[in-house]
Amino acid sequence: MKRALGTAAALVGAGVAIRRLKSRASGSGTEPNRWLVVTVNCPPERLREIPAPLVGLADHVEIRTAPAPGGKGTELAARLRETDATGTLKRLTGDDPRQRVRRALREAKSLVETGEVMKPDAPPTVRDTPGGKLVGLATRRAGGEGRL
Amino acid sequence: MKALCWEGVNKLAVEDVPEPELRNDQDVIAKVTAGTTCGSDLHLIGGYIPAMRAGDVIGHEFIGEVVETGPAVRRHRVGDRVVVSSFVGCGRCWYCANDLWSLCDNSNTNPGITQAMWGYEPGTVFGYSHAATGLRGSHAEYVRVPFADYGAFTIPEGVDDDSALFVSDSAPTGWMGADLGGVRPGDVVAVWGCGAVGQMAARAAMLLGAERVISIDRFPERLAMTREHIGSETIDYTETDVGAELRERTGGRGPDVCIEAVGMEAHSPGPEYAYDQVKQQLRLQTDRPTAVREAIYACRKAGSVFVLGVFGGVVDKFPLGAVMNKGLTLRGAQMHGQRYIPMLLERVAKGELSTRHLATHEVSLDDAPHAYDMFKNKKDDCVRAVIRPDGART
Ligand SMILES: NC(=O)c1ccc[n+]([C@@H]2O[C@H](COP(=O)([O-])OP(=O)(O)OC[C@H]3O[C@@H](n4cnc5c(N)ncnc54)[C@H](O)[C@@H]3O)[C@@H](O)[C@H]2O)c1
Ligand SMILES: [Zn+2]
Ligand SMILES: [Zn+2]
Repeated sequence: MKRALGTAAALVGAGVAIRRLKSRASGSGTEPNRWLVVTVNCPPERLREIPAPLVGLADHVEIRTAPAPGGKGTELAARLRETDATGTLKRLTGDDPRQRVRRALREAKSLVETGEVMKPDAPPTVRDTPGGKLVGLATRRAGGEGRL
Repeated sequence: MKALCWEGVNKLAVEDVPEPELRNDQDVIAKVTAGTTCGSDLHLIGGYIPAMRAGDVIGHEFIGEVVETGPAVRRHRVGDRVVVSSFVGCGRCWYCANDLWSLCDNSNTNPGITQAMWGYEPGTVFGYSHAATGLRGSHAEYVRVPFADYGAFTIPEGVDDDSALFVSDSAPTGWMGADLGGVRPGDVVAVWGCGAVGQMAARAAMLLGAERVISIDRFPERLAMTREHIGSETIDYTETDVGAELRERTGGRGPDVCIEAVGMEAHSPGPEYAYDQVKQQLRLQTDRPTAVREAIYACRKAGSVFVLGVFGGVVDKFPLGAVMNKGLTLRGAQMHGQRYIPMLLERVAKGELSTRHLATHEVSLDDAPHAYDMFKNKKDDCVRAVIRPDGART
């Protein structure tokens, strides 16, 4: 059990740690307020209206689209207007608004491409163990995490 | 319903779990007719794949009967006898549209985990940890199949269950190794591993025109099966120096294409085995890449090496210098099942590809933990155990 547990714990913070290292290396101390972007496999016209998952965030983010090079579809980007509420700690507790933006972008892409957002099986597990809870924590964040 | 669950490292048990429900409009629910043990499950069972939870249902190579369809399902109806791709693809993202199905953008609901590990996330697979969505596996009475119009294929009349079963995962995996490894008519191809995946890769290489195929393993029964049912030449790596043997058999050139079908728990008779095991246990490397290293050394100049075996993280003593200086092409992938399954079913129907010999054992779901013990430890000449939720027929 130990092996799997150790890795699960590492997963929760891995993305955050990598980003922290990177921003330190750049010397700026603070992370730039980057655009978060997904590429949707559709022509730009399909994204003229804001896809439903992003509508609720419209007051908090700027949104832009651009055709992707090489016929790879359309880039759909969102950026927070306010970054005060973001940060490493918030990311770990799942309260960083960027996590909502990432999740909304991924859902928007899936909805436009496939007509649905795939759901995991429910309940996620039949029995809770301490190790399982840790994995559960990582997976609850994982939809809003990553390098997007 | 009954299902085979992962309970912790090297612990499996048959448990009572809730029956699956339709969660999306494009899902179907299938009653599992048969599933099989796969080498990939051994990596989960051994604790080498992160993000498993006690109680997770495992299994990903299976056939079944459709018993319920979501309202948006168009290509299937209740009663269809289907073989299901182990990897789930949405069919409409850029990757699926380009036949790179295991890289689907829309099937992994937990992308943050594998993005942190690998930079970008692959798609999802049944019963293969919460890093790949935590979708429940197929060693159960019923299973939910998302994006079923794309991942489930009706089995043609002329193809029996035992043959169709391996078209779910091992046959397309092997085919992909030969196809994307770039096998061309006249090639000499070497395949490491005589499990189901290696055997299917060897057969695919022949069907793609390879003139000679040489399969490598150490278990006499697997080597014999590969000679008899696949038609390759074989090498027992415990009895000879594989590199020297391959040089001799290939006119000093080395194989044109080398396919690795062993994975992260490779065995080796040499001193590096102990070294790799210690480093893996200490997590200084997550995988033992013995066969990959050997394939890279053995491959001819400007040849191609395809990694079918599953690896999770970082390895040590990786011969990057050989890759660069010999001008090799190195590739790997999880299997793009949907790309190959219809063609493979046709070939099975025509008798060009035989798969049923892989099923050396058959058990009921209750005996599945025992089947995995046999399969993991290669007991009783087990190559693949077929698990039948309805009960074994013998
Ligand atoms: N890429 C994919 O999508 C995909 C799909 C299915 C399976 N796989 C992977 O393919 C691998 C093989 O699967 P399988 O079901 O055939 O497993 P298996 O355990 O039945 O077969 C593996 C074989 O490799 C042999 N082997 C071990 N060390 C070796 C070495 N140094 N040289 C040569 N042979 C060696 C073993 O003796 C065994 O016969 C696993 O890693 C599995 O995870 C990948
Ligand atoms: Zn498999
Ligand atoms: Zn897709």
